Order: sequence, then structure tokens, then C-alpha cells
Amino acid sequence: MTDKTIEKDYIIDLKNICKSFDDTYVLNGISMYIRRNEFLTLLGPSGCGKTTLLRIIGGFEQPSGGEVYFEGENIASLPPYKRKINTVFQKYALFPHMNVEENIAFGLHIKKLDKKLIRKKVSEILELVDLQGFEKRSVDSLSGGQQQRIAIARALVNEPEVLLLDEPLGALDLKLRKGMQLELKKIQQKIGITFIYVTHDQEEALTMSDTIAIMHEGKIQQIGTPVDIYNEPKNAFVADFIGESNILSGMMLRDYLVEFQGVVFPCVDRGFGENTPVDVVVRPEDVQLVSEKEGMLSGRVESVTFKGVHYEMMIRTDAFVWTVHSTLMSKVGEITGMVIQPEDIHIMKRR
Amino acid sequence: MYRKSLAYPYLIWAAIFIAAPLLLIVYFSFFKDGVFTLHNYQKFLEDYYIEALIRSIHLAFVSTVICLVMAYPLAMILSSRQMTNKEIILLLVVLPMWMNSLLRTYAWASLLENNGVINSILNALNVPKVQFLYGNGAVIFGMVYNFFPFMVLPIYNVLCKIDRSLVEASYDLGANKITTFRRVILPLSMPGVITGMIMVFMPALTTFLITRLLGGGKVILIGNIIEEQFTRTRDMGFGSAVSMILMLIVLGTLSFMSKKDSLDKGGGLF
Repeated sequence: MTDKTIEKDYIIDLKNICKSFDDTYVLNGISMYIRRNEFLTLLGPSGCGKTTLLRIIGGFEQPSGGEVYFEGENIASLPPYKRKINTVFQKYALFPHMNVEENIAFGLHIKKLDKKLIRKKVSEILELVDLQGFEKRSVDSLSGGQQQRIAIARALVNEPEVLLLDEPLGALDLKLRKGMQLELKKIQQKIGITFIYVTHDQEEALTMSDTIAIMHEGKIQQIGTPVDIYNEPKNAFVADFIGESNILSGMMLRDYLVEFQGVVFPCVDRGFGENTPVDVVVRPEDVQLVSEKEGMLSGRVESVTFKGVHYEMMIRTDAFVWTVHSTLMSKVGEITGMVIQPEDIHIMKRR
Repeated sequence: MYRKSLAYPYLIWAAIFIAAPLLLIVYFSFFKDGVFTLHNYQKFLEDYYIEALIRSIHLAFVSTVICLVMAYPLAMILSSRQMTNKEIILLLVVLPMWMNSLLRTYAWASLLENNGVINSILNALNVPKVQFLYGNGAVIFGMVYNFFPFMVLPIYNVLCKIDRSLVEASYDLGANKITTFRRVILPLSMPGVITGMIMVFMPALTTFLITRLLGGGKVILIGNIIEEQFTRTRDMGFGSAVSMILMLIVLGTLSFMSKKDSLDKGGGLF
């Protein structure tokens, strides 16, 4: 019974989705659910299958295997025009032979709504994306950012249950992109529908999402909140992809005790068994620089780069080059000690 | 800018073989023995000539419509992504153009003649002879056959260039296949349709070869009248006047079509 009540909260439920083009698997057994009103991001490097997964949810591709449940109904074979889902395409895909109003009203005309109502809805949605009075403008005359907003408006005006966004900010410059990130998040909270967002930009994912699903080689590597994924990456791929990391091979001696770089460190992980080889991940900002004597490890500073808030230093120990972020600057050539707190050492199963 | 000189050979060519003849035609149509006259234009108002003009426009229009109706679905099939061996079909469309159109039309004439190949076969099968040639139907057939590739290629080109994501966006917004065709694909392909229509309508309007060979002198079009004035009747003045009138019609059609084209915001031919 409790399972049922939780499932009611799921708007989309993917069961073992596979997709192959010719003989290569692009998606390999994806199972996940997406909650109502959630901002979920599919994050991964290019070629990881995230866009294909989005296209399967939108109905533009048929999965080779598996089921897509939408509000409890399998829609895997339903064409896109019968789904209560709308999409914001990567390159906006605005109709060049229509003006802004006609573009936005396209879906409403198909639903045969009253003309006055259509006009009212169009002007309301233009207000939401902050482009009041743009009804009669031609699509060509708009900037990239404005076209982006029109594409969002054209999708949202149909009041979908789920909005799919395929790298919608990819073509915008950095500043515009930052602004749009916040704005998209604001829009999502205001209208309260589910957003499924595809990006390869990890910072974008961390900024906007309620939940992030990290994909690699057609599989989901980890699903969780941005904070969880950043702080508790499940494997070395996730750790490397989300933020910068020092990834070392080590040996779990027993619970709460790990050895790497020839030094034994206390840690907070357990359950790996005794003398098991593991991957150890330490974030660059979690390495504290101390004097050589006080350090658990020591190494020579190879380079120092000013990054604005912090310095990025490369520190060479016997067998590894550490990336360290610190607000204190060391000099190149200096020998420095390093301290890592037990809770900052993340242990992962060797892949 | 500094390479302008490369265009001089063509400019000289154009001056001798295009501009000068045009000026001569204007001159001949308005002057008789060095005296200005509108006589040649008045002569055109006779029923016989007006009828020929109307017949020309009518047949050219019918051929254009037939070409369009056949070419659009073909171009759509060819441009679809699932289509394999589209090169072969495109080649089949273009192949006849490798041969001189005079030869091709002669070939059809000898095939369709009253004592031609096809009627011989029908005869052997004890089927009564059919008169294929010497009527409007044969002329339209010849026009469609000769100019069909000019309709397929521009439409095919435009359809190939339509961004696939626009079609997906239309589906996404709730439009089924028919609505998507009507509201997205068709309007976006209009530049190709208009280019194709111009490229079929113009040569069909001015042809004299097809009427001569397949119409057997019974279907007189405006092109035949012009030809007659220059070859048999030797009335250069009247021939020039009819040519002028035809050119004005062509120009008018072109400007009307290209205006429509620019409204549709496409890169057509003109």
C-alpha cells in the first residue's frame, strides 16, 4: 500500500529502457522515475545517451525495449502529438514563416481554442517570459536569448504536465546563460510543473536542479540531489564529472581505515571488507595546507594559478599530482604539508 | 571589386547576343520602313491570335499543374529520411535531360504515331488503333514529359533543407501528420514550388517544338505563331510584336511569382 501512494507522486516512470542504433547500444537498461513538479536534470558528457532518453520521453524515438509510464499509463508507442508533454528544442525550432504570436499560438490553434482566449493566453505567456508586446515581431528579428524565451513560451502556453528541455542554453553566451538559468528555475517554481532538462554543463545542473541523474555510456551512474551528488559521488566517474577531484587508488584495510600514498588515513566509510582495493576521491577544496611537519602528506608545489576566489595549486607527492584549492598562496618550489579530514575522504568501489 | 574585369567577356557576349537582338525586336515591332506604327500590335488583336495566346496559357497551366501534382509527392518521398537508393530514382528523373529535347520529342512522335510503334503493337493484339497525337492531350503530355524534372528538383531541394526539428516541434505542439504538412512543410516548401512552377510554365508557354511534333500543326500556340512569322510569312514586324507581348506576359508572371516567393521568405530561384 505504501508503495502505491509513493507511485502516485511519480509522473514519469521509466522501466528498463534500452535503445540501440544499428548494433550499438545508446541506452542500456535505464530505470528511473520522475516526480511531479520536480526539476530533473539528465547530466552527462556528449554521447552518453541523455538526449536519446529525452527524445524517448518526448516520443520522437521509440525505445528498442522497456516501458515509459506517464501517470501510470504505458506511452512508449504513443506519437508525440498525443502526449501531454512539450519540448524546448536545442536550436529553438521556431517556425520561420510565422511571427511570434503565430508561433506561440500554434498549439492552441490546433486545440481549436477561441481566438480571443488564444490572444489572451499569448500575451500572458509573453509576460511570463518578459517579452510583452513582441506579438507581431518576426522570429528572425529576435536575438538568441529572445528566441529562446519564445521557444519556452510556445511550449508552456500549452500547459503541459512535463516540459522537456534539450540543452536549451547551449547557444547563448556565458552571461546570458547564467541569467536564463535563474529565470528558468523561477518559471518552473512559479508554474509548478515537471521540468526534465538535458545538459552537459555540470555547473548548470548543480545550479538549477532538484534532482540530477548522471549518465555515462547509456547507463545512469547516480541519481540524487545536487548536494548529495557533489558530496557523496558513488563512483570515480561521477566524482570526476561533477567538479574537480583527486582520484587515487587505495586499499581499504578495514572499516574506517584506508591506505593510499603509503599513508593510513582514518575515514568514515565502512562495509567494503578487509584489504579491498578501492578508489579514493578527495575534492581539491578539502585538502588543507599546513607546514611540512604537521602534514599527513607532503609535496612540492609545482604551479600556482589565481582563480579569483581561490588559488589552484598543483602539488607533487611521490606518485601523484594533487589539485588543491586554497585561499592561502604557497610559492612554487615550496615543500608543503597536507591534511585531509576523515569526512572529506570519499571511498568508492573500484570500477 | 578588382576582379570585375573577369566579367567583361560575358558582358560583351550579352551585349551582342542578348541586348542587341532585344533592341532589334523592339525596333521591328514599332517601326515599318522607318516609320513609327502600332499596326503590328493591332494585328495581334484578331481572334485567331488571341485564341492562340489563351490556348498557350491554358495548356502551359494545365501542364504545370499536372507536373506539380506528380512531382510534389515524389519529392516528398525522395526527401524522407527512411528513403534508400534515392540517388537511383533522382538519376532516373534527371536522365532524360541528358538527351536533346528535340530527339526525345521525335522519339515520342514516332512511338505514338498513327502507324507508330505502339499502334503496331495494339494492332497485333487486335485492339483498334488509337489516335494519340495531334491534339491538346498529346501536347500536354509532351510538355509534362519534357519539363517534369524542372518541377521535381527545386521542390526536392527545398524539402531536403527543411530543418527536421521544425517538423518535430509541430508534432510536439499537438499537430498530427496532416496538420504538420499543411501548416509547416507546405508553407516552408513554397519557394521550391514557385521556382518549379516558373521553370515549367515558362518553357511550356513558349514552346513551338512540342506542338509542331506532337500537335502535328493542328494545335497552334503562340510560339508557333512567332516561328511562322520569322520562317514562313517573313513578317518580322508582327513576329517581333508577338514576341514582345509574350515577353511582357513572362515578365508579369515572374514578378508576380517572385513577389509571392519573397512573402514566403524563401530562397527561390529569382
